[in-house]
Amino acid sequence: MLELLRQPWHWSVAGLFIGLTVPALLILGNKKFGISSSLRHMCAMTVPAGLSFLKYDWKKEIWNMFFVVGVLIGGFIANNFLSNPDAVEVAAATKARLVEYGITSFGSLMPADIFSVENIFSAKGLVFFVFGGFLVGFGARYAGGCTSGHAIMGISSLQWPSLVATIAFMLGGFFSANILLPLIFKLF
Amino acid sequence: MSTTPFTPQNDATVTADVRHTDAMCTNESELNHPWWYNFKYMAIGIVFGIVFVKAEVVSWFRIQEMFQLTSFHMYGVIGTAVMVGMLSIALIKKFQVKSIYGETITIDDKKFNKGQIIGGLIFGTGWAITGACPGPLYAQIGAGFLPVFVTLFSALVGTWVYAYLRPKLPH
Repeated sequence: MLELLRQPWHWSVAGLFIGLTVPALLILGNKKFGISSSLRHMCAMTVPAGLSFLKYDWKKEIWNMFFVVGVLIGGFIANNFLSNPDAVEVAAATKARLVEYGITSFGSLMPADIFSVENIFSAKGLVFFVFGGFLVGFGARYAGGCTSGHAIMGISSLQWPSLVATIAFMLGGFFSANILLPLIFKLF
Repeated sequence: MSTTPFTPQNDATVTADVRHTDAMCTNESELNHPWWYNFKYMAIGIVFGIVFVKAEVVSWFRIQEMFQLTSFHMYGVIGTAVMVGMLSIALIKKFQVKSIYGETITIDDKKFNKGQIIGGLIFGTGWAITGACPGPLYAQIGAGFLPVFVTLFSALVGTWVYAYLRPKLPH
């Protein structure tokens, strides 16, 4: 059983569990599935700075913080007790392109060429962590939600603005992965 | 135990406040539970985080494959999740399922604004660079990818800057 759990899980299993999060949260407490709001709650807790967008009773949304801390613990458990003994497989075509970009470390979930502690204070870190993270936080809030709130919760509840947002996420991603990233990798 | 008397359906009388602006997942529940009731959401989060890592949704490589159209994996994950979510919500509505505390389950309609397009494009751009949307950020940190702390902090700064610029941005 443990051996089976250690293998990478099939997309249908992952989709089923992620999809079931929606009714689980609704039934456990009438909560709407969403993750990026946790970032807003943290801003509201720490530096509201009198901004009207951050002036609200974040304690009413504290469940969301419990949820994301759970996600973090889940990541820890999966990595320490259920980790895959084999190398992560990457589609051949993508691997070939990434090699061209200068990626050399495959096998882990994240390429060590980028996601290593030494890179935090480098130009690479500035682009992949600081710039990328900023876009994720700024864009998610501007769009009113992220992949979980719009693509999963929003589309599941048949809200067309969420479909629009999801299409925009995908277009942004296609542009970024195919046009922007090749240019970024030329810098390093 | 909470001493607040519980009345079902009292959520309809609550007026919306700023929490609901630009957010999918705020709620109007007026139930006043002790804080440790929230641990059940942590339990759901733990399962969710395990699934994220085990299905490699947190992998930067999987995100590149998705946007390079070289693997079906991420489309399968998101597509299945949407199908399951949609079916669940349809059943909840059809049978008027209530929460375990007897509250009527309510889902507010999302209003369209230009932010969903502009913000969405910005978010997607960041998603392909970092290889993570906000959920995987937490799971990656838990899985020991320490530089992602920087990404998360930067996402917080991005959120704050949005709050600061919000009055000037087109919506």
